[in-house]
Amino acid sequence: MRVGVITFPGTLDDVDAQRAVRYADGEAVPLWHGDHDLKGVDAVVVPGGFSYGDYLRCGAIARFAPVMQEVIEAANKGMPVLGICNGFQILAEAHLLPGALVRNHKLHFVCRDQWLKVENNSTAWTTRYDQGAEILVPLKSGEGGYQADAQTLETLEGEGRVVFRYVGENPNGSRNNIAGITNAKGNVVGLMPHPEHAIDALTGPTDDGLGMFLSLLDSVVKA
Amino acid sequence: MARVVVDVMPKPEILDPQGQAVANALPRLGFDGITAVRQGKHFELEVADDVDDATLAKIAETFLANPVIEDWTVRRVEA
Repeated sequence: MRVGVITFPGTLDDVDAQRAVRYADGEAVPLWHGDHDLKGVDAVVVPGGFSYGDYLRCGAIARFAPVMQEVIEAANKGMPVLGICNGFQILAEAHLLPGALVRNHKLHFVCRDQWLKVENNSTAWTTRYDQGAEILVPLKSGEGGYQADAQTLETLEGEGRVVFRYVGENPNGSRNNIAGITNAKGNVVGLMPHPEHAIDALTGPTDDGLGMFLSLLDSVVKA
Repeated sequence: MARVVVDVMPKPEILDPQGQAVANALPRLGFDGITAVRQGKHFELEVADDVDDATLAKIAETFLANPVIEDWTVRRVEA
């Protein structure tokens, strides 16, 4: 399994995302924002950070990077794509996922270990979890409030496309406590919390996040 | 050359915590009577004469604003 991990100017979590891929016995393939090239990978992770300094809006400039044009085309053909934090913001700006992420409702940057409930374990990235399982992974974002219009929220809820929901107090004002969503096909997933920081109890709060990368392994091998 | 102004504002139904923080600070600073503040973005573009309105609208809608959460207006002004 070859998994591309994109680096933009201002990306922070590409190295941890690559490490998570290797923990799941995958080969991590660095992808550069300026290249029109996915290097033949089976899946792509768009990692967290502050691409282009979050200028204009988070993800608004990264969304037009050359490599993203390839990611959009591949995702629409069914390639598994995971957007974490800034990566989620980029996928939303690219219209691969509906809605938008806005400034946290209390304005504070939130940095803490966060419980999430797995609401959909049928996506390319979540089959290793039990439906309804609760996992603990870091959340670290200033613009993580998920917003969408009422019709979009109804569609997401009705089609089971909310993948993760915050447990307990809503950390950022996200509508319906939404932490992560998927597209209609289930190959594209975006979430604000960071599963790649929770793959080994030595270096994270848990190893609960590793399940996302092991799920990908299953879906790629099956395909 | 012409100057074009693009104003981008959060949609009314979208929570604007930055505007609220400004509104909450004003009474503390001794300014009374301000009941609400909305915070947005103001862009000034220097534009060649052959750029048409449709192109300007496309720039605003696809890049300067995110129509999921923001409204935008484009107007030509005296430079």
